[in-house]
Amino acid sequence: MPQQKTLFDKIWDAHVVKSSEGHPDALYIDRHFIHEVTSPQAFDGLRKRGVKVFNPARTTATADHNVPTKDQHLPIKEALSRHQVETLRKNCAEFGVELYDLGHPYQGIVHIIGPELGLTLPGMTIVCGDSHTSTHGAFGNIAFGIGTSEVEQVLATQCVLQYRPKTMKIEVNGTLSKGVLAKDIILYIISKLSASGATGYFVEYAGDAIRNLSMEARMTICNMSIEMGARGGLIAPDETTFNYIKGRKFAPQGETFDRLVEQWRQLKSDDNAAYDLVLTFDAADIAPMITYGTNPGMGIKVTDRIPTVNELKDLSEQTSFSKSLEYMGLEPGSAILGKAVDYVFIGSCTNARIEDLRLVANMVQGKKKADNVEVWVVPGSKQVENQAREEGLDKIFEAAGFQLRQPGCSACLGMNEDKIPAGKYCISTSNRNFEGRQGPKSRTFLASPLSAAAAAITGKVTDVRSLV
Amino acid sequence: MSKEKFITLKSTAVPLSIENIDTDQIIPARFLKATTREGFGENLFRDWRYNSDDTPKDFILNNGTYTGKILVAGKNFGCGSSREHAAWSIYDYGFRVVISSFFADIFKNNALNNALLPVQVSDEFLKKIFAAIEKNPATPITVDLSQQKVVLEDGSSESFDINAYKKTCLTNGYDDIDYLLSLRDEIRHFELVH
Repeated sequence: MPQQKTLFDKIWDAHVVKSSEGHPDALYIDRHFIHEVTSPQAFDGLRKRGVKVFNPARTTATADHNVPTKDQHLPIKEALSRHQVETLRKNCAEFGVELYDLGHPYQGIVHIIGPELGLTLPGMTIVCGDSHTSTHGAFGNIAFGIGTSEVEQVLATQCVLQYRPKTMKIEVNGTLSKGVLAKDIILYIISKLSASGATGYFVEYAGDAIRNLSMEARMTICNMSIEMGARGGLIAPDETTFNYIKGRKFAPQGETFDRLVEQWRQLKSDDNAAYDLVLTFDAADIAPMITYGTNPGMGIKVTDRIPTVNELKDLSEQTSFSKSLEYMGLEPGSAILGKAVDYVFIGSCTNARIEDLRLVANMVQGKKKADNVEVWVVPGSKQVENQAREEGLDKIFEAAGFQLRQPGCSACLGMNEDKIPAGKYCISTSNRNFEGRQGPKSRTFLASPLSAAAAAITGKVTDVRSLV
Repeated sequence: MSKEKFITLKSTAVPLSIENIDTDQIIPARFLKATTREGFGENLFRDWRYNSDDTPKDFILNNGTYTGKILVAGKNFGCGSSREHAAWSIYDYGFRVVISSFFADIFKNNALNNALLPVQVSDEFLKKIFAAIEKNPATPITVDLSQQKVVLEDGSSESFDINAYKKTCLTNGYDDIDYLLSLRDEIRHFELVH
């Protein structure tokens, strides 16, 4: 019997340019995405070394982290943000890199545009100077975030130097309950593993509960792999994957596509492949989830009480736990259900695809937001925004009192002006609830798009199952 | 491009006994707008150091008792965003070593790529370091990269792991791109046959 390999190992091995004792592997990168925040210093490095971009066709750029979500046709008001986007423009022109700039029909959050343009394909290696690059793994590829020095490596040589991580398989079997989304699955898994539980690993998600998810939902799962410390997460490609890719702008077409699909069908872990760790969860145990603390591992079922210090698994975390609850203004042992919220943010590379917007629109149709909340819907890309308008979702949002903005990372990290004010609570479909993440002293509850929509209607943390 | 070489460092240390310190705390997103690598130290731990009106808070970096080139922090240091600005800001502030009992992957790589040495010690030894600094803020800690050892003033020590390749880079001031550029012919060949 030939050596049994995981899907991760198969893709990794196929991309090693050089492996030598004592050295990390030189790994060839098929697709490189860049954006305005983590690339300028890398281009500067190329200039200092007098090096060109090795293979410009394999890099795609967009402006997303730092862009306004209103009046994108006007020059960016804030001088530093404007300078950063202009620097990206200049660098892409000088080094011959394709840029989907503000106003371009393909502009959007880097991890949303890659898949929707058919640039993200099975079997690839994909990197970007952004930790949520793990999103692309939903298509059965190795995708991970890198630092700026590594962005420079890829620009200069189309390779990165990496140590092979350990592999972990997470199986989710069974049927999801009504009102439970992919976001709840991943928040549940992270709450079980903690914010560091998968550090050093690359995760493969499997099991029928994962298999039955749409591509959008699979991307939500892989997206948050980094929130438990994993460098990335992947899901073996199947008919759902191939149907999603078929006909997309830059995806292979016609006979080439058909031939590739035959190859992609082989992209799966061997039956007896060995993982360093295997974890199994039952989909029936998963309920709508919400975070109460300041890291994504601090999540509970929306109907559960916030733990007390004594209930912590690791007593060394007491200080951090208390600091976290103090920051959030929440009492240990109290209920989170019914807690009033001030803002609702529906957006980010985790949950700003068309399917997310449809789910939200479907729930709020004919309803109005509560008076005490402000609701921002920030589509993940220009294409998502246009599609939402074509389907009339904009009318539903408008009637509900939601603001439909223009695409960008927005209040997920508050680099642009979309910040949650100090002390205010925001229920957010994004991926991080760190202190100040959505603006200085802002307080974040991470949840699914349905839970966020429900809170928008009631003005408080709500069990979405009471509304669907 | 050559970087500062790292061999041995003997310094006092700044203790930050908080766990899961994410890179948004190390350098908040709104300070990532610069297009160069310098100057980020000014905003290191910005929201823990300063109030919104820029007056200093009661925070360890504002407490003159603790100084030095070594930052000692709780486990899972550097989790979250991949921003290399986190490593740049720690280095720019003047630190050359971060000691913790656990590092997030991307931060560890970023630090190593910027001549900032991440030193992972056991939970017990980390506790010992915190206790030693609490007892005497002027206590020197020695980080010996060639011996891969952290030594405290009382002579107790613990060894730490570092990959041989990264160790060579740090002690000689090399970086990964120098190495990868030397492989360009092999990379071209790989592109042709794959």
